[in-house]
Amino acid sequence: MLETSYLIPFYPLLAFVVIIFFTRWNEKLSSGISIAMILTGLVHSVGVLIAMILRHGEPLEMASTFIAHPKIYLELGIWIDPLTAVMLVVVTIVSSCVQIYSLGYMHGDPRWSRYFSYLSLFTFSMLGLVVANNFFMIFIFWELVGLTSYLLIGFWFEKKTASDAGKKAFITNRIGDFGFIIGIVLLMAYAGTVNYQEVFTEIQAGKISPGMLTAIGIFLFCGAVGKSAQFPLHVWLPDAMEGPTPVSALIHAATMVAAGVYMVARGMTVFAGSADASMVIAVIGLITSFMAATIALTQVDIKRVLAYSTCSQLGYMIMALGLYGVDYANQHHSVGYYAGTFHLMTHAFFKALLFLGAGSVIHAVHTNDIFEMGGLRKKMKITRMTFLIACLSISGIFPFSGFFSKDEIVAASSTHPFFMFGTLLIAFMTAFYMFRLYFLTFSGNPRNKEKFDHAHESPRSMTYPLIALAFLSIFAGWTGLPFDWFGITSFSHFVYHGELHEHHASYFLMIVSMLVAGSGITISAMFYYWRKWSAEAIKAKILPIQRFLFNKWYIDELYEVAVIQPTLKFARHLWWFDAGVIDGLVNFAGWFTVKWADAKMLFDKYVIDGAVNGAGRICMFFSFFLRLIQTGKVQFYALVIVLLGVGVVLYKVTPEGALWYFGGVVLVGLVSAYFRMSRPERAEIK
Amino acid sequence: MMMAYLALAAILFSIGMFGVLTRRNAIGILMSLELMFNSVNINLVTFNKFIGPDGLTGQIFAIFVVVVAAAEAIVGLAIVLLLYRNWRGIEIDHINIMKW
Repeated sequence: MLETSYLIPFYPLLAFVVIIFFTRWNEKLSSGISIAMILTGLVHSVGVLIAMILRHGEPLEMASTFIAHPKIYLELGIWIDPLTAVMLVVVTIVSSCVQIYSLGYMHGDPRWSRYFSYLSLFTFSMLGLVVANNFFMIFIFWELVGLTSYLLIGFWFEKKTASDAGKKAFITNRIGDFGFIIGIVLLMAYAGTVNYQEVFTEIQAGKISPGMLTAIGIFLFCGAVGKSAQFPLHVWLPDAMEGPTPVSALIHAATMVAAGVYMVARGMTVFAGSADASMVIAVIGLITSFMAATIALTQVDIKRVLAYSTCSQLGYMIMALGLYGVDYANQHHSVGYYAGTFHLMTHAFFKALLFLGAGSVIHAVHTNDIFEMGGLRKKMKITRMTFLIACLSISGIFPFSGFFSKDEIVAASSTHPFFMFGTLLIAFMTAFYMFRLYFLTFSGNPRNKEKFDHAHESPRSMTYPLIALAFLSIFAGWTGLPFDWFGITSFSHFVYHGELHEHHASYFLMIVSMLVAGSGITISAMFYYWRKWSAEAIKAKILPIQRFLFNKWYIDELYEVAVIQPTLKFARHLWWFDAGVIDGLVNFAGWFTVKWADAKMLFDKYVIDGAVNGAGRICMFFSFFLRLIQTGKVQFYALVIVLLGVGVVLYKVTPEGALWYFGGVVLVGLVSAYFRMSRPERAEIK
Repeated sequence: MMMAYLALAAILFSIGMFGVLTRRNAIGILMSLELMFNSVNINLVTFNKFIGPDGLTGQIFAIFVVVVAAAEAIVGLAIVLLLYRNWRGIEIDHINIMKW
């Protein structure tokens, strides 16, 4: 099972190729192929996970050479360890659920086959990213998931907002990826390799100076900032909600945005090699998490609330990993790594569930505005129950999965009081806005009667994935319990970095985080369920703050003013330079060439041709005289022969006399020629 | 005695050469050529008689020349005939097509 795990990414790739080239015209067959392939991948991934558990997390590396050059050595290979195995299962489960769900959600879409082929291509890229054994390969798949994300955000490209959102996501990611590739190149230059294990060995041997390690860590983290929508490159994620909702669930909630977190976890040895880089990561994570949570408090679009919640949770994971790096660099023990990766897994399930639930609601009421919903609990029982489970999970209520992972993040931050305060505050806000969303959507009375009347429970192809994910949202966290799972005691003994540490659950922290989450839910209920307090009154009191949060901290506007407008302006100046100076130079070069060619033509005509014609004329001139000798008359030739013969004989007798003789002959010849020419030619018989 | 023969041959040769160079009629030129052949024959016979009387080389050469001259006269007359057909005349100084 393990030895063939390199096949896992190829199942969806096969589906993509087959759909694009052969079965595009047959919609049912296309989606069938796509789902069959991802289910195959799911089975294989589960097999890999079980095999990995049975061998107690012993990693496996298989590689073949890609580029062999004295200075650059690149491999194509796979690295399967517990983290990879867990990610494979998460990606394939979420992808399977989303594809099955899409059968209902995308019903009647004119580009159905293309949609499924894109989903397959995305799954291929994500699986490739997960199994990669070096930074170069992760970068390839990193870009591929970026591409598929672009394609799927802009899937309904007739809508201008959707195509713009696709471009925004792509360009914003590109900024982060630029840092990422600088980091990879630096690794190549200073570690001499990009293979994970070799890089880690080099770093642990102290081959890279601490300053350079910090730089590499921060540059690599830039990639994660872009892909995982961290501050300040988080702006693309809320806009990406223009894509189909299942896509949001798969790519922009559960898997692709997790790639950044996964990369930080995968390269933890690099980041943990520098306390400074780790601190940067932790701070960025905290800022993102806090900012996104505050924005989510005020949003009215159901998908945008979820998008900011995703941002916030990703910030949570990033912060946990960053804090682990800080502690590791300072040689303290920390559960941050385990907490971050564990939350990565649990979050994937419940956030996919939330998005699919939201999709189900949107499918029913055809609006994204939560103030137009309400009372849907009566009409959408399954959606409501699963959504409630997901909300409880993300809020961190026992015994839902979010409780276990979130509790670990609180525990990880407990040694850093400031971070711990932030973590708890964010946990409170998370509980509040999630239940605000839940109450506004499902409880109370319908606020829009017309939309409510048309609402209906979604088809089974949509509800079954919801139920499956709801189960996982409850039970996935239980793997963190200290039981014996086939010889592995709990998730923390399976996925860890460095040496395995025993860690002890802190009941105090658990109770604190539960209390925080509970109070968030309670206050939310006071506002939106029991309606004891008026949200409008509070809003009126803190209107400036509300506007600030509702407008997403004005970050988009800030970028518009600070980055986009100057860029456009600069581009316009460049265009002017291009049109005026560069084009002018080119046109001048053309004009000059023509003129110069004219001058050269004159030279050719008068000098070169003149020389050739002149040579001809000179020949003509001399031949004018020589030609006179050739009279065409046989007797004249005979006379010349005789005269020459006489001259030769004469030369034998007296050379001097021969000279006089020849002189006389020529003279007589010329004189007679003169007279002959002056006489009119006799008529000749022709 | 030999000088008289040679003088005769020289005179005859000069007359023939003069005819070749000056006659305008192609037939006349052919006849002058015959004169030049015969002056050479006289020379050959003379030398045979006075320098090498024991051999017959000169005599035989003279016979050869007569035979060749007969053949040459036939070719020459054929050319003259063709000239006449093409130019309606055999005045040699009118025929100047071998010119630039």
